[in-house]
Order: sequence, then C-alpha cells, then structure tokens
Amino acid sequence: MKIRHSEHREQVALQMTPMIDIVFQLMVFFVFTFKITLPEGDFNVRMPAESGVAAVPSETPLLKVRLRADEHRNLAGLELGDVQITGTNPFFELQSKIRGMADDSAGPGSVDQEVEIESDYNLKYRYVMNAMTAITGYIDPATGERHKLIEKVRFAPLSARRE
Amino acid sequence: MRFASRQAPGAEPDMTPMIDIVFQMLAFFMFTINLSTNETDQRVTLPASELAKPPDAPYDHPLTIHLTEKGEYIYAGAALANLAELRSALLREKQIIERYAVEKLEDVTIVIRADEDAQTGLVQEIIQLCQELQFERFALRGKQSEVRTVSQ
Repeated sequence: MKIRHSEHREQVALQMTPMIDIVFQLMVFFVFTFKITLPEGDFNVRMPAESGVAAVPSETPLLKVRLRADEHRNLAGLELGDVQITGTNPFFELQSKIRGMADDSAGPGSVDQEVEIESDYNLKYRYVMNAMTAITGYIDPATGERHKLIEKVRFAPLSARRE
Repeated sequence: MRFASRQAPGAEPDMTPMIDIVFQMLAFFMFTINLSTNETDQRVTLPASELAKPPDAPYDHPLTIHLTEKGEYIYAGAALANLAELRSALLREKQIIERYAVEKLEDVTIVIRADEDAQTGLVQEIIQLCQELQFERFALRGKQSEVRTVSQ
C-alpha cells in the first residue's frame, strides 16, 4: 500500500497582529515606568526624647565624638572624648580607636557602648555621615565582610544656635 | 494609459527579528522595574557611605523628610521654607496616626534624606522637632558607595 504524502502542506498563518499590539503596549508601559534609582541605605538610630535624667544609667560611659567646622563649613577638628584626632584621614583614625576600644571579640553586636555625636551647626552633613560610618562598623578589606562596632549612636542636644 | 495595479500577493514583511528584539527589550524592562516606593528627590544629593544598607524589611510607617543643600525642607512632596511649616505638617501627620492608624508613634520611622552639603544643625533640628512630637525611630539615609569613605 502506498501512503500518499501530502506535499500540499498548508501554510498556517499565525495571527501576529494582536500579539504585537499587546507586546508593544507592555513595552511602552515598562519603558515609561523605568526609573534609574541609585541604591540607598539607612543608618537606623533610635533617639527617644530625653525626659530629664537618663532613666537607666549605663554601665559604660558615654563616648563623645565632637566635630568642628571651619569657616568653609569643612571639617576642622575631630575629637573622641578628650583626645584630638589628627592626621590626613581622621575618620580612619577614629575608626581604629573605636575598634581598639570596642571589644567585639565576643561576637558581633556584643558591644554595649553608646556614642554621642556633637557637631558644629554649620558643618557639612557628609562629615557626620562619615563619622557615623566610622563609628557603626567597618568592612574587612580582606574578606569584604561587614563588621559592626557601636550601634547606639545619638546626637547631642543642640546647644549652639546658628551664629 | 492604464497601469495594471500591482497587487503583491502575500508579500508580508518578516516579523521574526523585530519580535525577537521587542521581546528582549520587554524582558529587560520587566526585570529592571523597580516597584519599591522609594521616595527620592532629585534636589537632594545624599552623602555616600559604604555601610549604609537598605532596610531588611520595609518600614511599617515611614515618613520621609528631605533637606536640600539650601536648607529647604521637602515633606510629602511640598517644599517648606522653615521649620515651623514642617512642624505643622508633622503635627497633622501625628494626629492622623494617633486617631486612625494602628501603629504607635514609636513605630513610625522618620527617614531623613539630607543633602551632603546641608548644615548638620538643620538635621539636628529636624530630629529635635520629631522628638518633641514623640517620634523615636530615625533612619539617616545615605547612598551606597563601593568606594570606602572611611579608609586609608
């Protein structure tokens, strides 16, 4: 028996038009909602309003970091407690000192130290962010791992008004 | 003289390459779409920090306050010239939260997006103002940086 080959293959024309319509609609939507956003991150600070005297006196004394501004609103001086921090990269020095002080050998988050940042009114905010970075942690240059130092940071109450 | 109207029988353009490209683009835009309702503002250049990390979970009730380089506050899309205006706006927000929302005021996170060249004192004033209104949680926002800002 001979099977007849149906050479006569019919061209099934797919209806492309509706699909392309929808695809274009979708593409226009996504193109218009496309927004380039740089990744942002937060420093979380818990600063309840102080009700007179501190309720629970902490065992560890409060560390004070003082930032001074020059006339161009740049950083003029950095102090940790009574110690003046100098050098070309004061924030790195600050971080090294805090690393020496905050013994995080018991594991991350084991440090129960509190830092108060006191800054001149006119200082550029970026220096405060640098100080926050130096205080709260560091990234191990070898492994790229993130280590926490002192998490509890607060601002000193504003005393010096704008001059 | 008459021309015979030329009817191209079924001369369809080849759609395949176009559809390929369009699907590629569609896939790209679909994967890069950012649905997070991050409140950003072009007027603010955030200070860079390698440790600024995005929150693990979205905040329950974030309130974003922007502070521009010129010392202008932006809250809820409106530019406010001074602290008194910000205060009244936040007071209204506080009353709404107290009256209608289930969250407590302590659970509200004040996200502060201050410009890197803004005066620190103004940031502190914002914090102080929020403290007076019994807000407790603050998030100081910075832009993530690959370059170490604190290193030798």
